Amino acid sequence: MVGPTQHRDRGDMTDMAPFFEAAVRTAAPLLLAAVGESVAERAGVINIGLEGCILAGAYAAFAFGVASPVAGYSAAIVAGLAVGALLVAFAVVRRHDQVIVGTALTMLCLGVTGALFRSRPDHGSVLVAMEPAVRVPVLTDIPMLGALFSQPITTYFALALLPAVWWWLHRTHAGVALRAVGDSHEAARAAGVRIALVQSGAVLFGAALGGLAGGALVLAQAGSFAEGMSAGRGFLAIAIVALGRWRVGGVAAASIVFGAAMALQYVVQSLGWGLRYELVLMIPYMATLAALGLFGRGTAPAMLGRRLAE
Amino acid sequence: MHRPIMRAVGVATSIVAILGTLFVLSPNGDLGAVLSAFWRGSFGTWSALVSGTLVRAVPLAILGAGLSVAFRAGVFNIGGEGQLLLGAIAASIVGLEFAWLGNMGSVAALAASAIAGAAWAGVAAVLRRRFGVLEVISTILLNFVAANLVSYLVRGPLQEPSGVYPQSDLISASARLARLGSSRLHLGVFIAVAVCGATWWFLSRTAAGFRIRAVGASPSAAAVTGGVDVPAVTAGALMASGALAGLAGGIEVSGVTYALYENLSPGYGFSAIAVAILARNNPLGVLGTAILFAALETGALGMQRDAGVPSVVATAIEAVVILAAISFGAGMQWSARRSTAIVAT
Amino acid sequence: MTTERPTAAALELRGIHRRFGDVLALDGVDFRVASGSVHALLGENGAGKSTLMRVAFGLLRADSGTVSVAGRQLTSPSVRSASRAGLGMVHQHLSLSPGLDAAENISLGGRGVYRPGPAAERLRSLAQQSGLDVPVDAKAGDLSIVQQQRLEILKALARDATVLILDEPTAVLAPPESAELMAWIRSFAGSGGSVVLVTHKLREALAVADSITVLRRGQVTYTGPANESTEARLTRAIFPDGEPLPVALVIAPPSDVVVSARSISVRGDRGGVPVHSASFDVRRHEIVGVAAVEGSGHRALLAALASLRRISIGELQLPARIAFVPADRQRDALIGEFSIVENVALFGLGAAVGRMNWGAIAERARKLIERFSIAAASETVAAGTLSGGNQQRLVVARALERPVDLVVADNPTRGLDVQASAFVHDQLRRAAAGGAAVVLHSSDLDEVLALATRVLVVFHGEVRECAVDRNIIGRAMLGAA
Repeated sequence: MVGPTQHRDRGDMTDMAPFFEAAVRTAAPLLLAAVGESVAERAGVINIGLEGCILAGAYAAFAFGVASPVAGYSAAIVAGLAVGALLVAFAVVRRHDQVIVGTALTMLCLGVTGALFRSRPDHGSVLVAMEPAVRVPVLTDIPMLGALFSQPITTYFALALLPAVWWWLHRTHAGVALRAVGDSHEAARAAGVRIALVQSGAVLFGAALGGLAGGALVLAQAGSFAEGMSAGRGFLAIAIVALGRWRVGGVAAASIVFGAAMALQYVVQSLGWGLRYELVLMIPYMATLAALGLFGRGTAPAMLGRRLAE
Repeated sequence: MHRPIMRAVGVATSIVAILGTLFVLSPNGDLGAVLSAFWRGSFGTWSALVSGTLVRAVPLAILGAGLSVAFRAGVFNIGGEGQLLLGAIAASIVGLEFAWLGNMGSVAALAASAIAGAAWAGVAAVLRRRFGVLEVISTILLNFVAANLVSYLVRGPLQEPSGVYPQSDLISASARLARLGSSRLHLGVFIAVAVCGATWWFLSRTAAGFRIRAVGASPSAAAVTGGVDVPAVTAGALMASGALAGLAGGIEVSGVTYALYENLSPGYGFSAIAVAILARNNPLGVLGTAILFAALETGALGMQRDAGVPSVVATAIEAVVILAAISFGAGMQWSARRSTAIVAT
Repeated sequence: MTTERPTAAALELRGIHRRFGDVLALDGVDFRVASGSVHALLGENGAGKSTLMRVAFGLLRADSGTVSVAGRQLTSPSVRSASRAGLGMVHQHLSLSPGLDAAENISLGGRGVYRPGPAAERLRSLAQQSGLDVPVDAKAGDLSIVQQQRLEILKALARDATVLILDEPTAVLAPPESAELMAWIRSFAGSGGSVVLVTHKLREALAVADSITVLRRGQVTYTGPANESTEARLTRAIFPDGEPLPVALVIAPPSDVVVSARSISVRGDRGGVPVHSASFDVRRHEIVGVAAVEGSGHRALLAALASLRRISIGELQLPARIAFVPADRQRDALIGEFSIVENVALFGLGAAVGRMNWGAIAERARKLIERFSIAAASETVAAGTLSGGNQQRLVVARALERPVDLVVADNPTRGLDVQASAFVHDQLRRAAAGGAAVVLHSSDLDEVLALATRVLVVFHGEVRECAVDRNIIGRAMLGAA
């Protein structure tokens, strides 16, 4: 890695390499969570508990990741699914208000993960072996974009997920049905589509990815757990879905942008901007708010948040 | 299935889940010790009750009253945390910089805190009204901004003179709320009761309050039949709840902490959601549920102190209470259309 | 199980019972459609026609009774099994997914991989075969009502439907469009398909059907071939106590102008059609009918008249006291979970200040209940517990509580039975007699013609006065001169 101080005066592009690498790595969990949430929302369910899914996944990955990354990631997905199952039970099956249930689930995960973490005999001092970056031979050496090819597995998985999800939503009947469910309950019902089933599947998918995102936070970024480490990523993901207009491409683009904003905190010293650290921490949230203000007026799926009638 | 049976099952399951969690978390599996530590921390002693639970109930009640207004209007304000912090910041600044106000100091501090809270909510209100941004998202993001703002202030401009601790200096004596007797309980408790009463009266007896309820129940009917300016009413409700949240923050600074520091709020903004929902958005009921949840949290602190069970489990218990409460019919309707659409006729 | 007889009915329902809470919606209904025929299911609103067809199509489960298609009984009622058996349904409130395009809507409910190219091809050939023209690429939400209806029919045909159920298809069509649809139905039956036409319009049934069945309060009161049915006979079967005669009311001739529009333009709803350069007057004692199809801009016009929307160009003079009866009473007029008292207080809430005098409002509510014969246990019950007819009584009562200068009514009798409809019409005419100007829009042209003394036709945002003649209005609604 080229020392930043050597090239600062010339504004060399290689200055940005560590930032770029951090941006992509930070964006990956956001991307995972946002893609999953976009599928859930296209089916008409908003998951305010996504923050909880991420946190639950993070703790599960921390607790089980000591054994192996595979165990950690599997546990993370299961944890996310568990939270998603609760959302399905209360908001889809029992048809309670999605936002209230989601808020309660996030609080639940905050409390449970915090309590479990604090009561660990080792007082959480264990560090988890972090996932190594998988480097693609020639491509890694490209000056700026090379960072894209030296990423943990989860990043590649997230990127591969994008075309897969798009294809599934637009080139399978199941995907068309899911989009219809989020668009008009009447149309779906009249076509014989089982709305509750579709919504349950969509929610679980999104929750599982949320858990996985949490796992990536621990196993591919931080290497340890801290209470509340999700730091609002779940809500950022929901905002990203809105900014990306519920479309896969838009969600990907927005995730990169906000991943970059979040990565600023790790490279703020080397960038030499002279901003206080706490103010830099504010940037992702304020940028999201500003973006929502400027670009937020999109059309949500018509049935988003609506309870099933009858 | 029969509803009474399902309800009984639900309550039983919740209780078992809670007790089970406590058991799992307790260091030596002594559930009895955990529960008695909980009791001692919340209601068990006079000091715990007055200096602990009631003191904690004050911000919860005021926040809860504000949330009952917002929820009734169909606005899901989960930014109470951030609005409270802004109120705390405002009160601290008045308390630190405006000592010359003398006896009016505390009044000024509280007024400033309410205004700051309303303004913070106002950001979300503007985003909703002019750009259709879901307030569920914007208020939460503003929470994070507010928390970081506090961190910045107490390590920078407002930091105490020695520059060692991330906290502000103590506010001037005239900006503090008087204590009642020798306990930690302060004048704010009367303010809380007054706020809850006034809010109840506002919602049930005034035209503006009825407008809020109508908009929350059916924005289209309110607009078409009532000729109500729905966007204005929802913005007003959001800012009103922000003002009360800010007031709660100001009271915390003026009455309890006398200074600004990080983690000033142990999650009051979220607990207040449980407070409001369990009270079915009735400001009078909020007085009761606020005490209940305050007891839950002080009891949890007692559990942590004496029995080694982490206090953050209280947040989980509150979540279970919310889920149980909505299973029994509390709550409110919400839909993306209502939150984002400027109601078109 | 049963051997298929060549003369098996295309669709047969036997002994259908269905209860909703206290109400017995269907009481032992038998219904038989011969194959290759058009069978009209007649009855007033609330008679149970839609409910019966929803049972047939598998959207609702009957408490008892059987459904058979082409002689084979459907054992587990569901939309899938009904579709597979050859039933197709075009719903009254169209059930297309607005965000999906036409081909996706047609394919909804399928399995496996979805290929847009072949799907569009299939749609095109189907459209050509059946003679129903539809643009393939547009999103369903952007299509006109007629196109959407055609798409719904194509959706059924795409599943090889041999029995088509059309639920009040002409409710949203202009007369010429209705005629086109009727012609198509006849040709479909001619080529071997069967059609159930659910309608409340007598003349329509007589014009196009081979057989007619009349439902009244969940029971069959008549069934027989169309060429043996007379209007009088059918009317007796439809209305329990005979059709109520309109109360003879003397309405004074039109006097002063209360509404004056000069070249006004009004913007439409989100994505709705605007009105431009409209000029007209409305006078006291007049009942002005507004005739228009969906998407012509009449919504914007009514909103402007009801003072709910500002005009963007021109001059519009409106009187001080306006009463509006919106089309969707559950969404726009009443708050179901609020009590009658609170709903009464809702009217004019935007301008109210200070304290609410609930005692006085409750007294007003009690008076209204009495004066307008609203069937409610007390003024404290929730408005949502009232029947549709009583809800509308409440809406009208509240609007006409005090004297008004202008009444704007949008589909005020939608979903109401004949009793409740007569009440609403009576109230509107009383309002006109009492000095108000009444502007009435209804998708049912007959209703407009029955009440109105003048007719304005709205088409593509243009407002034109029209002679009170069915044919002329019908053509004007579609833009013909």
